[in-house]
Amino acid sequence: MVSRPHGGRLVNRVASDSRREKILAEAAELPQIPISVEKAIEAENIARGVYSPLEGFMLSEDFESCLTRMRLASDVPWTLPVVLDVEEGSLVDISEGDEVLLTLDGSPTALMEVEEIYRYDKRRTAVSVFGTDSPEHPGVRRTLKMGDLLLGGRITLVGSVPNPYERYTLWPIETRVLFKEKGWKTVVGFQTRNAPHRGHEELQKTALAFVDGVFINPVIGRKKPGDFRDDVILEAYRALIRHYYPRDTAVLAILRYEMRYAGPREAVHHAIMRKNFGCTHFIVGRDHAGVGNFYPPYAAQEIFREFPDLGVTPLFFREFFYCRRCGGLANEKTCPHPESDRVRFSGTKIRELIERGEVPPPEVMRPEVAEVILSFEDPFVR
Amino acid sequence: MSRVEGEKVTLEISKELYERAKKWVESTSDFSSVEELIEFLLGEVLSEESGEQVYSPEEEEEIKERLRSLGYL
Repeated sequence: MVSRPHGGRLVNRVASDSRREKILAEAAELPQIPISVEKAIEAENIARGVYSPLEGFMLSEDFESCLTRMRLASDVPWTLPVVLDVEEGSLVDISEGDEVLLTLDGSPTALMEVEEIYRYDKRRTAVSVFGTDSPEHPGVRRTLKMGDLLLGGRITLVGSVPNPYERYTLWPIETRVLFKEKGWKTVVGFQTRNAPHRGHEELQKTALAFVDGVFINPVIGRKKPGDFRDDVILEAYRALIRHYYPRDTAVLAILRYEMRYAGPREAVHHAIMRKNFGCTHFIVGRDHAGVGNFYPPYAAQEIFREFPDLGVTPLFFREFFYCRRCGGLANEKTCPHPESDRVRFSGTKIRELIERGEVPPPEVMRPEVAEVILSFEDPFVR
Repeated sequence: MSRVEGEKVTLEISKELYERAKKWVESTSDFSSVEELIEFLLGEVLSEESGEQVYSPEEEEEIKERLRSLGYL
């Protein structure tokens, strides 16, 4: 049996055909709030159960509870705010109790029942979530630029967000059916935003030794210049699975989601999302969801101690490397040899090699994976 | 052995296990008593056993069709 949805029930806030038609027929009379593509994706994730038990953007009670206790008001673990921020001046003729239409580029995305409009302290929010108010932190910068008001309330999805990777998009209800059909009772979730090197493969396979299947779930979304392109990541994983995974042990599907880089708090959030997809286990490696030097390397593992009731088992790993004397992949828990024997998986070095059109050594990256990456004219975001 | 008293049932567990549970409860803020801990654990185990299906048979068929069309099945 795969894991139960977080909070006990898989949320479905997608309008039925008849409800959708009714909402769209009334759309012209509803106040509209334009939202960004990132917020539209958040709405879709809420409606499709990725953020179960949330049924909408957070009310102040849940928001406050999330900041101070890392739990919803109902006591269910929840570590990152999921909020809809707006500028004060944009709320003409909208008040609590109204229904509004959230629109993306003029098209209706979701109906929102505005249950609450409330103020919040941006700096305090940033410090609570990111553990810092340094403007060097991308999450802090984004938080400080948010609108002054938050709108809380349930949503009903009426539109879809343009998705170039529809073929790789599965929702929690679908992965649950898929895992059941495959006969998987235990599934480990793997979060990534990179093309796979041998260290990633070792993490997944070490976990796979104990469970029935691995759910490889790359995050697709806004990226930094120099990151691998989304299509490159997907093709690289396809090659890896095809050549190096036993049949029917891995599922590859994307998650559209904007990274917050909130380190420990975000690691828990990542685990919760994968629990909703049906994962029973979740891999937490070194500096999970971190950025720069804002978080100690294994802080994202330690935070899980605070959630004995999370309902998904975190699997903690030390960083893997290739050890020349061991003749294979190892980590500091399994290898006694000095640093001079070890080859570290440096993303920067791999990128430099690929930028020069060179194939990384096989102990760092599988040749089939490198070949796929190098087949792209430019595999990086510019 | 168990006793039913109104809406509650008294269960008997070994003293040693109770003492260990009590010590654990006191070391964490997640549960206020051993009774609360045991209710939580039993609830978790039983709801996992019951399976609590999150989709109807009709939905399941539609989903399988999509999964097949995408090559996942």
